[in-house]
Amino acid sequence: MGEILYLILIDPFVQMAELPDFFLQVLWEGFVSGILYALIALGFVLIFKASGVFNFAQGIMVVFAALSLVGLYEAGVPAFLALALCVLIMLGLALGVERLVLRPLVNQPDIILFMATIGLTYFLIGLGEFIFGGEPKVMITEELLLPTGSYAWEVMGGLVIFQQIDIAAAVIAVVLMTALGLFFQNTRIGRALRAVADDHQAALSVGISLNQIWAIVWFAAGIVALATGIMWGARSDVSFALQIVALKALPVLVLGGLTSVPGAIVGGLIIGVGEKIGEIYWGSMIGGGIEGWLAYFIALAFLLVRPQGLFGERIIERV
Amino acid sequence: MLYRETGQFRTSYAADQAIFPLRQDRIGLAAIALVAALAVPLLADDFFINTIMIPFLIFALASIGLNLLTGYAGLLSLGTGAFMGVGAYACYKLTTFFPEVNVLLLILLSGFFSAGIGFVFGLPSLRIKGFYLAVATLAAQFFLDWCFNRIGWLYNYNASGAIEVPTREAFGIVLTGPTATPLARYMAVLALVVLMTWLASNLVRGRIGRSWMMVRDMDIAAELMGIRLLRTKLLAFAVSSFYCGVAGAMMVFLWLGAAEASSFGINVSFQVLFMVIIGGLGSLLGSFMGAAFIWILPIVIRAVPATLGLDIGAATVEHVSFMLVGGLIIFILIAEPHGFARLWQVAKQKMRTWPFPY
Amino acid sequence: MGLMTLERPGGKRRRHLDEVLLALEGVSLRFGGVNALSDISFDIRKGEIRAIIGPNGAGKSSMLNVINGFYQPQEGTIRWKGRERRRMNPYLAASTGIGRTFQNIALFKGMSTLDNVMSGRALKMRRGLFWQLVWIGPARREEIEHRRRVEEIIDFLEIEHIRRTPVGKLPYGLQKRVELARALAMEPELLLLDEPMAGMNLEEKEDMARFILEVNEQFGTTIALIEHDIGVVMDLSDRIVVLDYGRMIADGTPQKVRREQAVIDAYLGVAH
Repeated sequence: MGEILYLILIDPFVQMAELPDFFLQVLWEGFVSGILYALIALGFVLIFKASGVFNFAQGIMVVFAALSLVGLYEAGVPAFLALALCVLIMLGLALGVERLVLRPLVNQPDIILFMATIGLTYFLIGLGEFIFGGEPKVMITEELLLPTGSYAWEVMGGLVIFQQIDIAAAVIAVVLMTALGLFFQNTRIGRALRAVADDHQAALSVGISLNQIWAIVWFAAGIVALATGIMWGARSDVSFALQIVALKALPVLVLGGLTSVPGAIVGGLIIGVGEKIGEIYWGSMIGGGIEGWLAYFIALAFLLVRPQGLFGERIIERV
Repeated sequence: MLYRETGQFRTSYAADQAIFPLRQDRIGLAAIALVAALAVPLLADDFFINTIMIPFLIFALASIGLNLLTGYAGLLSLGTGAFMGVGAYACYKLTTFFPEVNVLLLILLSGFFSAGIGFVFGLPSLRIKGFYLAVATLAAQFFLDWCFNRIGWLYNYNASGAIEVPTREAFGIVLTGPTATPLARYMAVLALVVLMTWLASNLVRGRIGRSWMMVRDMDIAAELMGIRLLRTKLLAFAVSSFYCGVAGAMMVFLWLGAAEASSFGINVSFQVLFMVIIGGLGSLLGSFMGAAFIWILPIVIRAVPATLGLDIGAATVEHVSFMLVGGLIIFILIAEPHGFARLWQVAKQKMRTWPFPY
Repeated sequence: MGLMTLERPGGKRRRHLDEVLLALEGVSLRFGGVNALSDISFDIRKGEIRAIIGPNGAGKSSMLNVINGFYQPQEGTIRWKGRERRRMNPYLAASTGIGRTFQNIALFKGMSTLDNVMSGRALKMRRGLFWQLVWIGPARREEIEHRRRVEEIIDFLEIEHIRRTPVGKLPYGLQKRVELARALAMEPELLLLDEPMAGMNLEEKEDMARFILEVNEQFGTTIALIEHDIGVVMDLSDRIVVLDYGRMIADGTPQKVRREQAVIDAYLGVAH
């Protein structure tokens, strides 16, 4: 018994202290995957905020965007032209979703819209595999002029390796989030979006077009998905397996509190770092592979303390 | 004309509370029972029974399970697959420990294990609501998935990591394992599903069903009417998981014959959720309709090119069927968000008043 | 001030206005820094119709929420049937005989009128999971027994024709009536009505007023109600509490309250 307690409560920290460079490496890895979770969650938040739709298809949008990019390149389109075409594809997707899915389902209960996005997920999986085939593909990292080398940092008697692509991912994520934040804070469309988020009917009554706003947020979410797809694809390969990983965005979301952009970021980092540390230092005790569910338990633990998430609006019950 | 209730008076509250107060409905039900219990066994071939009827019934039971939770009590769950898995693994262990016991009894017993796990994962539901709760059930899904993979004891340390169904009997008839005939398995599935559907229909029309719907429609008001929220929600989780667990045990023992952790993955959860939504939230009949639609549609789609003599690769057919299923789900949600059950109600109403519009 | 046509069955109403059912002493309720209620003391006597009135934001709904345990007051004591209530929650309130209706209708929208009213019997039905599953036998007997009682209430409130209709489809006035039926099905000793006539037209108001009086007389139910229509309140109630900015500014019979300067000021407005 004492031994087990030692293994759980003390040993992991001893390991951390003994190999601080390794610990730093783990933190960095967690940080980077946290950034990627946060990016997916960001797409969710945009759509949820503006339309109250819990967009299950965000994960598959990431895959779809990355597949289109690689597929176009393989078909002979120059890399940056392919990138531009992908932006157009995401625009088309946003318009199509708004016209064919959201508009006919306006005013339906949340769960119906949620189910529709699962239907959309199936559709996109089928479409993606139909066009591009089911095999994993390699992201065209170098062609897009993204760095691929790595830096080694000598610290605390050891080495910490930073992949340049990871640094690029972090930078791009920060730029993207800042840009979106500024856009929604300072532009007319941004104000309209926040109005819609607050109250659909009130927004309609002051002349804001819901359809237009929805198309815009889905497009924005599509752009975020494209960026996420590129970053993620550069770290592993582009395949539909990514979709299951994208489910991790759910605990990230609820941890951050569905409607909050900073929440998505902080939530992503907590989950990313938390599950890496958990896997490396505690996972091996019980056979490893706990990364698959640890994120959900971390989120659950936070939720039990704060049911509305870290940055969510406090739910006040009234009668 | 055929569907008239004139002349059928309900003279007592008991008659008014019957599940099928109308004579026409009772006749229809009897016809379906005859087909299921006589026509199918006599006329259908093994392929039809094995690929369509048995899985359809099993998924219908799982849908009823999820419907009790989501449709009646309003608690969204994405962990159905895992709860089915708990039933299956529990049944596997039970048959290992008690080889002599009637296997149908063991299948029912395994539901209790699933109910217990469902109870535990339902505990957060007091504080967490809506999509937040869905994440709690996802935790169950992935955690249990992991257990099915990593805990060797659950699959008797088989090298393959899979559970293989041993040969077991009930009432002197071999029901499980390679030697069991599809017909025997079908009758067993039918009997269990009919029994449990009847029990569920009793449950939802009485006090407990009402208390679930109260919590679903407005939990604060329910509390002020004297409903204890945690107790009611946990009961919904437990009963729902019981149904899913039994469905899972049946899935492995009376249909697949073998299973591994991936048989109970998140995709199964979504499949059952589709069945419930397409069939109609809060309708037992809808669960059957949804299960039939979602289960049979891909089979039909896959069969189409072959019947037309088209030479299309299996992979392509698979992809197209994904697209079609996804597209159809969106289409049905747009056409009738309340599912087939509502369509059926509307159709019945039209028949009652025909030839007048209302 | 409309509704003067309402007939009262003379002085025939039998009253036992001496027995105190619920007594509040020095109750204060705060949300953060906001004082929703400060130092409120009044009582509700068995068999009376007690009105709580006041301008918007005076704390009337908070008062009801305190009475049925939805909010916990920070200070003060509440006596229910002579015994001091300590920790309170809505379940306990319901099970000790406090029923209520809501300002913004809180019916169970997915259920029929009949099921909604039956839900009021939730506390009185006892058969457990096993009998519910079997249905035939005790569970069905119990259901029918309560159904009989519920049908009486449905007859009483004249909503037989909408028994099977999902309440979400009913017009506002009828929904209010179904909500009253549901509360009555609980057979409460104290019935709290939160603006039972809000948003109704004159005819609906007259109906509702008639029902409230009949409930009070036939079932002997004690009623505490919030209402904005002063005419109705003056006609219906035995005693009135007037709140303004979370403070009690008057308490007494309609005749007395009507003459209080503080009440007139609160309603007509004076320079504070």
